Amino acid sequence: MIVVPRSGWRRWILIMDNIILEMRDITKTFPGVKALENVNLKVRQGEIHALVGENGAGKSTLMKVLSGVYPAGSYDGDIVYEGEVRNFKVIKDSEAIGIIIIHQELALVPLLSIAENIFLGNEVATNGVIRWQEAFSKTRGLLAKVGLKESPETLVTNIGVGKQQLVEIAKALSKSVKLLILDEPTASLNEKDSDALLNLLIEFRNQGITSIIITHKLNEVRKVADQITVLRDGMTVKTLNCHEEEISEDIIIKNMVGRELADRYPPRSVAIGETVLEVKNWNAFHQHHRDRQVLHDINVNVRRGEVVGIAGLMGAGRTEFAMSVFGKSYGHRISGDVFMDGKLVDVSTVRKAIDVGLAYVTEDRKHLGLVLNDSIMHNTSLANLAGISNATVIDNHKESDVATDFRSKLRIRSSGIFQEAVNLSGGNQQKVVLSKWLFSDPEVLILDEPTRGIDVGAKYEIYSIINQLAADGKGVLMISSEMPELLGTCDRIYVMNEGRIVAELSKEEASQETIMRAIMRSGEKK
Amino acid sequence: MTPVTPPAAEESHVVSAFDYVRGNIREYGMLIVLVAIMVFFQFYTGGILFKPVNLTNLVLQNSFIVIMALGMLLVIVAGHIDLSVGSVVGFVGAIAGILTVQYQMNFILAALLCLVVGGIIGAAQGYFIAYHKIPSFIVTLAGMLVFRGLTLFVLGGKNIGPFPKDFQLISTGFIPDFFDMGTIHSTSIILSIVMPLVLFIMALRRRKSNESHGIDVEPMSFFLIQNLIICGALLFLGYQLSSDKGLPNVLIIMVILIAAYAFITRQTTIGRRVYAMGGNEKATKLSGINTERLSFFTFVNMGALAGLAGMIVATRLNSATPKAGVGNELDVIAACFIGGASASGGVGKITGAVIGAFIMGVMNNGMSIVGLGIDFQQMVKGLVLLAAVFFDVYNKNKG
Repeated sequence: MIVVPRSGWRRWILIMDNIILEMRDITKTFPGVKALENVNLKVRQGEIHALVGENGAGKSTLMKVLSGVYPAGSYDGDIVYEGEVRNFKVIKDSEAIGIIIIHQELALVPLLSIAENIFLGNEVATNGVIRWQEAFSKTRGLLAKVGLKESPETLVTNIGVGKQQLVEIAKALSKSVKLLILDEPTASLNEKDSDALLNLLIEFRNQGITSIIITHKLNEVRKVADQITVLRDGMTVKTLNCHEEEISEDIIIKNMVGRELADRYPPRSVAIGETVLEVKNWNAFHQHHRDRQVLHDINVNVRRGEVVGIAGLMGAGRTEFAMSVFGKSYGHRISGDVFMDGKLVDVSTVRKAIDVGLAYVTEDRKHLGLVLNDSIMHNTSLANLAGISNATVIDNHKESDVATDFRSKLRIRSSGIFQEAVNLSGGNQQKVVLSKWLFSDPEVLILDEPTRGIDVGAKYEIYSIINQLAADGKGVLMISSEMPELLGTCDRIYVMNEGRIVAELSKEEASQETIMRAIMRSGEKK
Repeated sequence: MTPVTPPAAEESHVVSAFDYVRGNIREYGMLIVLVAIMVFFQFYTGGILFKPVNLTNLVLQNSFIVIMALGMLLVIVAGHIDLSVGSVVGFVGAIAGILTVQYQMNFILAALLCLVVGGIIGAAQGYFIAYHKIPSFIVTLAGMLVFRGLTLFVLGGKNIGPFPKDFQLISTGFIPDFFDMGTIHSTSIILSIVMPLVLFIMALRRRKSNESHGIDVEPMSFFLIQNLIICGALLFLGYQLSSDKGLPNVLIIMVILIAAYAFITRQTTIGRRVYAMGGNEKATKLSGINTERLSFFTFVNMGALAGLAGMIVATRLNSATPKAGVGNELDVIAACFIGGASASGGVGKITGAVIGAFIMGVMNNGMSIVGLGIDFQQMVKGLVLLAAVFFDVYNKNKG
């Protein structure tokens, strides 16, 4: 028997298998949420490895663990890279040995040149004095490698998103990358730029650079990936090898969504009445890019006692739709009609929208929902100050009674109604936002990701509140990226993609597969 | 929804004096600092500070700072700043001089016009800030230069004065004496006794009704001691003033304004909206509140109060001068921050700003009596501002 030192032996095994990266039993918890649970990922040297899964499955979290955004010690499990266990304390540690991550939101400084961006923090300099000529010539070399024909002196703000993506990749190359991680690189690219980017990845593969690509676009996965790892609810479901078997999109989708709907949704008896909200021919343009249309001819209706869902991927335009209807809080050149109980209504300001009986519970409760440094009581009354005052003079006792009432009805766990919203947990903050809108006594509530970042128990309570609202004859329009949640609570589901309603599914028709298929098909048609 | 037992509505809401003070440490802290500074200078100046003549002076010298601090507090709570108020003081003073002295306009009409001019200046600046989203720092910095320049222009570099006697009464007059009580000013002493009594009764009623609605209150003994001290202090100051020339008119104006703004910020929907907007403008807008209009009107209000201050300054000097109000904006802003307002908006109290203004005022007055040079005075005031805000931040991080 040959005795080999353990570390050396392990190293030999790994090289034999040609594994560049192995992540073993990675578990990462955030307060109240288990984001990753015993996740395993093996990436071979020189392959393109696709990481797929629903929103919130844990893909980005896993990559943040890998790159050192979440430092060693803040998670359990091992990262083995090139045969050694690595403990990255900061991103620089992982970059130093060739692991480079390119995030979904590009990390470029818009008003600096391409060359300055590529060497930011890593300047070509002697004693702090930049050697511009050398920096520019190096940049030219890098840009040639990624096939970008731009001057190194061009400001990043003056080139399109696709080219910016290439600048990021050139920046990665400047750090002698061995493992390139791309988080949804083609999400904001058009067909042509996407193809160019994918071809670049294939070229890198030929040069021996390994890539991990996170993406929602399964046709791209099929095009470039050697292996596919599917994550679901923070766990590894399966790793599929594209060379051993024919992988269809259906197989990927099944693995992505194939989970049982347990008793995570409270039961409810459905009694559907007349149409209460109807939005017709709704169009809107982007807030800043003023000639980009983000919503196209949307027609949606909600009946009393009905919970209607809007499914879609991130960036499908769901939030934009909800906010544009709610007092034109988003977009410009908005056109279309809103009817409440069959009557055409004016929703041109938030006040008017509230007055006709709309309420919008935002997806971003910290920035758009709550005044964080103010009390639960003040937050509760904010959308209906008239309800607690006489001729603009606030009745303190009426206000505290209202807040106390909602605090107990919605079971807001806090030290009292005077506690500041900033100190509450996500679930309780969400309940405060709900209190605010329930107190405004709406006919239709638009809920945007009402359970995002909330633990399971609080989710159940939120669903119960939704059911109660429907039972009281209100209409509920619910936007959610969690498909099981929509399937578990909605009577009808609209599917939205790229600013259009692409399907309307009854409760019976709706399943994760039909929703995913509707999204994918509409994407391919274009 | 599922019925839940209300969270112990019957339990007592009397918290210990210690907890109560800790929960309101900012207000008590500043009040104690103010008293400490007063006592310090009382001894250090050999008893001059609390002399009736000096107290009268203190009120006359600081009233316009206090009045502007009321408007500035709203501006700061709304998340803005106004650097132009010093120049507006100068400009409106100049307008007052031109109207009453050169055109011999009736002083009441002139005073109203001055308030309107102040309001229009505020509206002009508020328009750019609220509807065009230009940072208030920039707009009011521009305003500061423009209105100082305009002051010089309309005055032609000269002083205008003296003002008509009646107009001067705004700042230098005293309330009329109705009954003859010898050396004591009768109306003043009556007001000085009645006012603390009214305040005490109001506080007592508020405490009772808060307790019955489950709002935390301090223990009765603590409440009594605290209120007796405050009422006693007011009575003492009132007595001192009454034994000189009585209560100045400007003090009455100031007290009414303080009461009004304290009420607006605490008890009205407008006040509530300003705080919410300063705390989170986007969330406030999405709650159906017209944040643009609200920002606009905080500046209109600030402008009108600066106009009032401009008249007080001009009539007190008895001449409209191009130098009037120079540097006032800094005293006013400092008063708000010493009083606990947050530079990021959403936080601050009228009482805090008033106490802050008096801390600055008493220090100015005391240091002048002692004969400390303007150089040291500025250094001390700067350090006090820094210390007060440091105390705030330290407290917040610790809590």
